[in-house]
Amino acid sequence: MNDYNNIRPNPDELLASIKLEEDQNKKGKLKIFFGMCAGVGKTFSMLESAHIDQSNGKDIVIGFVETHNRPDTNELLKGFEIIPLKVVEYKGTKLKDADTEAIITRKPDLVLIDELAHTNVPGSLHLKRYQDVLDILDIGIDVYTTLNVQHLESRTDTVSQITGIVVRETVPDEVFEKADEIELVDITPEELLQRFDDGKVYTPDQSKEAIHNFFKKGNITALREMSLRIVADRVDTQLREYMHKNRIRGPWKSGLRLMTVIGPSPHSEKILRWAKNLSYSMGATLLSLYVESTKKLSPSQQDQLNKNINLARHLGIEFITTSGNDIVRSILDIGQKENITHIIVGKPRRWNLISYFRLGNFVNRLIKYSGNIDVYVVGSDQGEDNQYMKYFRLPSFTSGYSHYSLSALFTILTAVIFYPLKDIIGYQAVAFGLLFTVSILALFVGIGPILVSASLSALLWDFFFLPPPFTLHVDRIEDILMLIMYFIIALIGGVMTSRVRKQEKLTRERELRTSALYQLTKELSITSSIDEVIRTSVKYIKKYSRLDSTIILQGGNNVLDKLLRPENSLTLSDPELSIAEWSFQHSREAGRFTDTLPSTEFTFYPLIGSKLRLGVVVIKQEKTLSGDEKAFWDAYRTQISNALEREFLNDIARRASILDESDKLYKSLFNSISHELRIPVATIMGASDTLLSGEFDKGTSMHLHVEINKASERLNRLIDNLLNMSRLESGRITPKLDWHDVHDLANKVIEVLKKELERFNLEVSIPDDVPLVKIDFGLMEHVLHNLVLNATQYSKPGTTIRIKMYYDHQSFIIQVMDRGPGFPQDELKNVFNKFYRLEGSISGGTGLGLSIVKGFVQAHNGNVTIENRKNGGSIITVKIPTEIPDLNQILL
Amino acid sequence: MATNNNILVIDDEAQIRRLLEISLNLNGYKISEASTAREGIVMAATHNPALILLDLGLPDEDGLSVLGKLREWYLNPIIILSVRNSEEDIIKALDNGANDYLTKPFRTGELLARIRTALRLSQDKTGGGSLLSFGPLAIDLAGHIVKKNNNLLKLTSTEFSLLALMARNSGKVLTHQYLLKEVWGHSYSDQTQYLRVYVAQLRKKIEDYPTHPTIIITEPGIGYRFGE
Repeated sequence: MNDYNNIRPNPDELLASIKLEEDQNKKGKLKIFFGMCAGVGKTFSMLESAHIDQSNGKDIVIGFVETHNRPDTNELLKGFEIIPLKVVEYKGTKLKDADTEAIITRKPDLVLIDELAHTNVPGSLHLKRYQDVLDILDIGIDVYTTLNVQHLESRTDTVSQITGIVVRETVPDEVFEKADEIELVDITPEELLQRFDDGKVYTPDQSKEAIHNFFKKGNITALREMSLRIVADRVDTQLREYMHKNRIRGPWKSGLRLMTVIGPSPHSEKILRWAKNLSYSMGATLLSLYVESTKKLSPSQQDQLNKNINLARHLGIEFITTSGNDIVRSILDIGQKENITHIIVGKPRRWNLISYFRLGNFVNRLIKYSGNIDVYVVGSDQGEDNQYMKYFRLPSFTSGYSHYSLSALFTILTAVIFYPLKDIIGYQAVAFGLLFTVSILALFVGIGPILVSASLSALLWDFFFLPPPFTLHVDRIEDILMLIMYFIIALIGGVMTSRVRKQEKLTRERELRTSALYQLTKELSITSSIDEVIRTSVKYIKKYSRLDSTIILQGGNNVLDKLLRPENSLTLSDPELSIAEWSFQHSREAGRFTDTLPSTEFTFYPLIGSKLRLGVVVIKQEKTLSGDEKAFWDAYRTQISNALEREFLNDIARRASILDESDKLYKSLFNSISHELRIPVATIMGASDTLLSGEFDKGTSMHLHVEINKASERLNRLIDNLLNMSRLESGRITPKLDWHDVHDLANKVIEVLKKELERFNLEVSIPDDVPLVKIDFGLMEHVLHNLVLNATQYSKPGTTIRIKMYYDHQSFIIQVMDRGPGFPQDELKNVFNKFYRLEGSISGGTGLGLSIVKGFVQAHNGNVTIENRKNGGSIITVKIPTEIPDLNQILL
Repeated sequence: MATNNNILVIDDEAQIRRLLEISLNLNGYKISEASTAREGIVMAATHNPALILLDLGLPDEDGLSVLGKLREWYLNPIIILSVRNSEEDIIKALDNGANDYLTKPFRTGELLARIRTALRLSQDKTGGGSLLSFGPLAIDLAGHIVKKNNNLLKLTSTEFSLLALMARNSGKVLTHQYLLKEVWGHSYSDQTQYLRVYVAQLRKKIEDYPTHPTIIITEPGIGYRFGE
């Protein structure tokens, strides 16, 4: 069963590797010419290789090649286009470095950039050259580069141990591991030494002595072995991945079964890789096991454990967990159950007393009870921080002078108080008094002052209280013992209390941050607009980190907006804005305390949601964030990003639905208009055809003429409505306000609609004190016209239609009332929408009338409402804010 | 003197010209047509019509400019035809020499009425005594006396000036600016509220139904017309 699982690739893994391939196809390919140290001929090989590529037609440029004026290398430079180095002014000197931007602009197929581990000159975009190389690869340009084994981050320690030279420039292992090709440039140590003697090897930055110490055969051999091993490991990994991907069954015929035990330490990574390789060479299947104990893991341990589990999966190792208090027993139980033949555990690098006891015990027991299972104990050649050491790390001294003087003061004070009492209570009791002071002080001050207080109190006690008094000398043995004990107790008590205090403070801080995060999340979940989200976020950042911040959003087209929100929070100069842009484009942090463009006063963090890049948040940091703070800040950003993304997506959804709606409306408009236009045209055509044919009688003739007339009026009205609608749509309605007599308004409309109003009982009520209003007559005439026409179209003949106009506190009010069918209650709010037609309404309108009314009224800054009347019918009220003329001034 | 009943129609729309020809002919007018501004000016000069119907939306030249050119020597009435919602153009035309206006689409009845009024006013320039009557209303321009149904009406001097001005130009549309300038003075040409208030006052006094005036008709956005 396990064999089968081990062969069949995990679908997630397959997807991941396919995606990796896809990504890799888009990105440029990185080839590293790798060597054990300077002088092996990496640059030379690189150039040679490039020549071959060039003859195959590749477009190659040289970004940066350091020849150290060696003639053979210089020779090889010929034939390549060299991108000129950019010159950077730094503290008065002109420094030259590779010009990444020029390379990107040039966009060759391949660029040669020597010395991957180089640190860029200050003022460059990135701190390190490898970051520039990553940028170049992102664009799709291939890169050849060179690297020494000492530059690998994971190997620097070892190298400096071997050679005695401290390496400062490093490249993360990730970059090395993700490279597409590694070519090892290898020569024998003898050859290298020969070259060195010949003066062909160039080593910058090192003193003559250091170099001399470096170029010893033993060193070089060790380095060579290291580089060989690294490359071999890589080959193994590639082979394994290849076999895995192509579902090639490994050599698992031997029936051996391995099991590694992993834990929450970085050591486990090494064990897993080693175990995997071992399984190949042994032809064994492999399992990994984690035993959960009741002991709780710290977050960093949890993190590491997750990393280890992921690595196991990535390597295709089956993973089991089990739980138990006795780890050894749990391991062996599983071992038996799974028919394990070999167990692999790790050991820490540093052996000290405590680890010896704990781990030694563990390994011993495992071996003791393992029966016929072999146990491999694997060391690590990587340095690891022994966690036990942490307990004995020296504390940091950070208290201020005031604390020191305060503790000294209180200690002295206590001594002074007890001095007169010393004969009454005895000098031993005084010790307790002093101890008491020290303990109380520990509640308030740091470790430094406590030490001072403890020492001082011990001295005081000795000098003033221990016989003989006024000397530091102590007579009695028991007193000496007491003094020593006292000091130790004071010290431990003080330090412990202080540490507890510190821990408590940290916990409180963390709790505060967690509750801040919770508050932020809660508030963000109820915000309902992008501005609100931003305001809330900035508020919370200020509240809990006491930092000023601003957010810059994406402005469309995947480019940042220029606007800072909120507006007056921070001001950014143009170069700072372009850093923000960079951070946004590359989804990486930049600015102060990062390794990209660190010489600015702000720090820029990208805000990335699950689907969109949303923008950048800018803060003015005072110091680098601690691990805890960073975790919270990341969580903050995630919350903010999620809220922003939610609002963005909401917006998009809203706009899409509006677009949908307006699409529907336009379709309906189109249909409606063609329908409405055709009917009167058809009437006119038909009637005039008949009239032309001459076949009619007098009565019919009249009738036909009337029909033509009516139809043309209808057309006219429709055209008017359409024109008005389009005026409204185009926003070209600016009311021309002027004084008008309201009677004119009413009369004009009544006049125009004379025929329609014939069949109704019209009532007009305009009180005498309403002479003038300041309106746009044309617009308001239309409004009243449409309202009254509506009333005539829906009311039964003979009913009353009433027009009322009056003033009400600076507003001019028009009301049109009818006794028609009214509107359904729930439709009232839709009545003024474009194309709204009442169910079963007679044709002859497009539903535009009332929406035009609304548009024109709104152009006057007024509003229009509709209500159903108690005894049937509807009342439409138009309310417009208006001036009242000063009639007294006029009528002198 | 034979009444000149020649009307020149200057309009680029053939359908409009045809329609006008039919309606005007039916009512005893002879018409000549022009479809461009140039043609129109030439024909105005050669035919000397009693009245010109001028479309403001001519293709080759702006209607106002044509109006200006015509008014350099043509003294008879010009009625302009325009599209709806171009009150500004109409007011400009009226203030620059046009006598009246019509908006398309217009009713034939209105057209004929305006033509009649314009012709009457123009042919009546010589005479026109100081006694005018309109239905129940009798106005003595010289004596400053106004009677309605033979009852003396009390009008303030401003009211009278206004009434007189309108009555002298009865049937013709008078722009707000024109009325304000003539009655109140140049600096009042944009104080429409004065006009409104006084018209309201007048209506109260001379109209049977002040709220449904039949004598002083509002031409919205343009001015007033003293009815006939």
